[in-house]
Order: sequence, then C-alpha cells, then structure tokens
Amino acid sequence: MSFGPFAVAVWLLLVGLYGIVTSRNLVHLILCLGVVQASTYVLLLAIGYRTGGAAPIFADIPVGTRAVDPVVQALTLTDVVVEATVMALLLAIALQVDKRFGTVDPDELRDLRG
Amino acid sequence: MTGSVLPPLTLAIPMLAAAVLAGTQCLGFRLLAQAIALVATVSTIVICALELALAIRHGVAVYWFGGWHPHHGVALGISFAIDPFGAGLACFCTVLTLAAQVFSWRHFESVGHAFPALLLVLMAAIIGFSESGDLFNMFVFFELMTATAIALTAHRSDQRAPLQGALNFGISNAIGGFLVLFGIALLYGRTGGLNLAQIGAALAGHRVDGLVVVAFALIVCGFFVKAAIIPFHFWLADAYASAPTPVCVIFAGVMSEVGLYGVARVYWTVFAGPLGPHAATLRLILVLTGAATALGGAVMCLLQQLLKRLLAFATISYMGLFLVGLGMLDVRGLAGTAIFVVADGLVKASLFVCVGILQHRRADADSLRIRGLGRGSPFTGIVFALAALGLAAMPGWGSFLGKTLIESAAAEQPGYGWVPVLITVTECLVGAAVLAAGARAFLGWGPELDDDAALSDDSEDLDELSDPEARTPAILFGPALALMLAGLAIGVLPGVGRFAVAGATRFEASAAYGSAVLRGRVTTLTVPRIHTTPTLEDVLLGLAFTVVTVSLALLVLAPRPRWAPDVAVSARRAAVQRLHELHSGHPGDYVTWLVAGAAALTAVLAVTLG
Repeated sequence: MSFGPFAVAVWLLLVGLYGIVTSRNLVHLILCLGVVQASTYVLLLAIGYRTGGAAPIFADIPVGTRAVDPVVQALTLTDVVVEATVMALLLAIALQVDKRFGTVDPDELRDLRG
Repeated sequence: MTGSVLPPLTLAIPMLAAAVLAGTQCLGFRLLAQAIALVATVSTIVICALELALAIRHGVAVYWFGGWHPHHGVALGISFAIDPFGAGLACFCTVLTLAAQVFSWRHFESVGHAFPALLLVLMAAIIGFSESGDLFNMFVFFELMTATAIALTAHRSDQRAPLQGALNFGISNAIGGFLVLFGIALLYGRTGGLNLAQIGAALAGHRVDGLVVVAFALIVCGFFVKAAIIPFHFWLADAYASAPTPVCVIFAGVMSEVGLYGVARVYWTVFAGPLGPHAATLRLILVLTGAATALGGAVMCLLQQLLKRLLAFATISYMGLFLVGLGMLDVRGLAGTAIFVVADGLVKASLFVCVGILQHRRADADSLRIRGLGRGSPFTGIVFALAALGLAAMPGWGSFLGKTLIESAAAEQPGYGWVPVLITVTECLVGAAVLAAGARAFLGWGPELDDDAALSDDSEDLDELSDPEARTPAILFGPALALMLAGLAIGVLPGVGRFAVAGATRFEASAAYGSAVLRGRVTTLTVPRIHTTPTLEDVLLGLAFTVVTVSLALLVLAPRPRWAPDVAVSARRAAVQRLHELHSGHPGDYVTWLVAGAAALTAVLAVTLG
C-alpha cells in the first residue's frame, strides 16, 4: 500500500486549511474549502484502490477478478454532490455579502462580534 | 413487520412536501403553502410517534432500504435502526418544527414557499440523522442539515448580519463534516464496513490501536463542531444571533443536541468495545471538556447584551452540561441527559418565541434598546420568566429531573464530586443572565447600557415584520406558552424517569443493538432499578439555588457599586474586552481555533487511549 496518496490527502487538507485561515477574499476562502473537500476525495479513493485491480464493472470480465473497491467510489460521488451544494450556497452568500457589505474581505465583516 | 413502511415515510413526506412547495413557488398561494407545510409536519409527528411506540415495544426497530437484508451477519445495505432515544429525538424535532412553522406565519410579513420548504427539509435531515444505522448515511444527513441551516440562517439576505452568521456557520460546519468524513474513511479502511453495528462487530474484541483512536477523535471533533463544544463553538453565537427567530427555535432546541447524539450513538455502537477498558480516561476527558464549555459559555452569557446572542451562549453552556452527563458513560448519566435535552430544548424554544414576540412589537428588538420594550405584554413576560426559571432547573421542571439524574451518576463515580457543583454554578449563572435580560426587556429594570460596549447595532432593515401591534397575536403567544408548559410537564409527568432509564439501557446495549441489526434478533433487556424521583432534600436544595439565581439576576441588574476600586473596574473591563475580541466574527479566526482544538483533542486521545 503506497504512502503517496495519503500524503497527498494530508497535504491538501493542510494547504486548504491554511488558505481558509489566511484568506483575504471570501471567494478564495470558499475555494480553499473546495481544496479541503478534494483531500477527502483523494483519501477515500486511495483507501479503495487495489494495485492491479480492474474497474469494478463485471460486464465483460469474470466475476471474482480483482477489482478496485466500488463502495468508496460511491461514497466519493455522494460526497461530491453534497459538497457542491454547500459550496454553491456559500458562494451565493458571498455574492450577497459583496452586495451588502461592499467588500469580500473577511477582515471587513464586522457586524457580528463579541 | 407492520412498522416496515414507517421509516421511509418519515423522510419521504417532508421531502415531497418541500419539493411541492418549491415547485409551486411561482403560484404564490400563501395559504396553500402554509397548509401543505402544516399537513406534512403534523403527519410526520404522527408517524414519528408511531415509530416511538414500536421502538419501545421491539427495542430496536430495524428497516433495510431497498430490501438489502444482511447476509450471514454482514450488512449489505443501508439501515435505519430506530431505538427509543432515536425515535424520541425525531419526535421532539417534529414537534419543534411545528412550533417554528406556526410561529413563522406571523413573524414574517410574507412567508413565501422557500422558508417552510427549507424547514421541512431540515426536519427530515434531523430525523434521518437520529434514526440512521449507517455511519456514512449519518454523515450525509449531517451535511444536509448544515446546507439547509445555512440557507435558513441567510434567509433574510437583504440584511448584513445574517449573511455573516451563515458564512461562519457554513465554513465551520463544513470543516466539521470533513473531519467526520476522514474518520469514516479510516474506519472503512480498517473494517470494510459502514454500518454502525458492522463496524462495531469488526472492532469488538480487538485491542485498540492508533488508527481506531484517531478515527474516534476525528469523528468526535466533527460532531463537537455541530454541538458547539469549546473551542469549536465560535460559529454558533454568530449564527443563532442572526438567524430568523423561528429558525432559532429548531437550532437551539434540537439541532445542536443532535451533534452530541451523534457522538453518543457512534461511541456506544462502534467504539464501546475497543475503548471499553479505557472508559475511565475517556470519561475524564469528556467531562473536563464539557465542564470547560459549560463555564465558558456561562461567563460569555453574562457578558452579552443582545438577547439572541445571550440565548446562543446559554445554548453553548448547556451543551457543555449535556456533554458532562453523556461523558459519565453510564445509564444514569445518559438517562439524565436525555431528559435534560428535551426539557431544556422546550424551554429554550419558548424563550426564543418570547424574543420573537418582542420583535413583533418592535422590529429591532434584539438591539440594545430593549429596555422596557415588553412592558405592554405582561403575559409574555410571565412566560419568559417561567421559562428562564425552567432553564435554571427550578424543581418541578424537566431540567431539574435530568440534572438530578446526572448528579446521581456523578455520585456513583469516585472523584466526580465536583460535578454537581459545576452544574449548579452554571445553571445559576445562565439563569441569572436570562432572568436579568428578561427583567430589562419586560420591566425596564437595569442601568442604561454604555454605547462603547455596544456591538454594531444592525437596525437598517426593519420591515421584516408587520406593523407593531398593541396586542400580541395568539398565534405567537400560543407556541411560547405551550412549549414552556411542555417543559414543565416533562418534570412532573410520572414515568418520564422510567422511560429515560429504559431507553438509556437500550442505547448502551451494544451487543443487543448489533444482533438486532445484523441478525434480526430482539433481545429483552433487564432495566436496572434506578430511583429517578428527586428526593425532598434535592428539591429543597434546588429551591435554594433558584433563590440564589434570582438574587444573582438582581445583582446583575444593580448599578455598578461606587466603592469598587478603579483598578478592579479597569481590569474587569480589559478582561471582558479580550473575551469579546476572541469572538471576532472572522471565519479565519474560528477555523484556527477549530483546527487547534481538533489537533489538541486528537493528540490527547491518541496519547491517553492508544
């Protein structure tokens, strides 16, 4: 089991979180959230991978052939849909923020404090 | 089985109704929208009540979606495993959604179709989360809850504060979801299963190792974000303070508590086996985290002047108390927490409805200018005061019953004698803060608040509501009264304690849960004889502490003493300023705390349990 994909997943997580923490633009911040999401996809797919495994479609290969795990692929697809919804909502809110606050800099959002 | 059609209906009815509402938005029949939402909510209440009855009779009622029944003890499909507590939480959620729907009819000038549709989807998501027996399924409902809640918080998108609140909400909870997903991925990699009972069966009997502990820590941190445990709590104050008040009824009443329910469910079905030998260490960690949250939330609550933000910090503080009760990791603690959650949710919902009534009189009622605002609504003031006393666990209220059970759980464990003190102190502080705010609003007591301590007074858009009227409409007062009386009923009705203990016994019985889900076997459990009625001595102590709470409230309202030395006053002001600055409203700051907290908690768990 190669270490590479897991390292990539952790790297994406850390880079995405760093981007969110230091962001000066809401759209950039939300896209960094997307990077963090991508880390979960990489992790899931890496867990399901089998070296030398075929695609898990048994139409033309005999049942029992070594194939990669389809469950994690289903999980990843579900995850993609869920996170697309959340990202779309957050981006819509960012648009409204630009309209109401006149800025998309998170440092300038001062209406809720304390 | 006769009950086999009920679980999918609890999801299908609200979601179909929401789809119909969204689809007919162009028609714009307000009464039709209200009617569809009402019918959907009431029918879901009925079905959830039926499920509760079935769960009480069968222990764990299992439903397999798509007919994928387990094969030789291996789960193939997605299941709903409904036990009394899960069904009870679903019921509770539907009742609060009904209150929110009714309340929203008069709260907004024009409700439209989107708002009731979103409420229905949120209700379906919470029901799905409470009933699900599959870990990834729980994650999906968790994300659905987050997405719907973001949309509901930002419903008044023409105002500035809700947008910021929704943004902080979304970012923090999305990261919480990713943490949960990381944990799920690790567990799947280790055990090959996603069904809770399946993973539990695969992990049971094995030594705990680093991977399992890290997975546990990640899942717990993710759910703690939803449950607003310190230091993951920063988003909640912003979100609950700026969300529309009918939505806060559901948020504070059930959505935060669902996060702790997730922790409890995952712990007892999946991790109780491998982590069982380390229960004492885990108990200490959970109770200490809960204690920090309870006290931190209580202190912040006392420093708030905006009503909804005050109630938000009261919610955070009580989530800490629930975690203390859960963290006892035994039947008594769990039963006490269950009663406490429901009773406290009801009175908090009532408090939020009272705030909504104040907003009805004057649209910016959440600003600092609330002094004496409620003078013309004495009955609302009485309901507010009674609900605040219920929050402070006055004897007779459900929260008192729950608290007594948690304290008896702490008495059973050596070294936790300080827990009753913690609970009492927290309740006195929070109760005093809420009572003082109520006195300021309804009686006009208290000093004039200095403007430099004021936060931005967002009163630009006031046409959210109908014209301020002299009389409070019954449709707003009714839910407030009904919710407060329900919180009282929980403390007074016989059988509540017995039901809670039986439900807690069933919740903790991992082996029985596993065999019910994977093999379809119903196991009868012996319920321990636990005396749940509070003793006379408990009641007298409780009354004494209620008096202390009321005196503290008067102290909060009293003008600053002139004899206080300047250095103390300025030191206090500096400390208060630091605390306010911590809650900066900046999403990056909140995420920093989240990451630091998650790293710290994971490290502590890995070192002590691994």
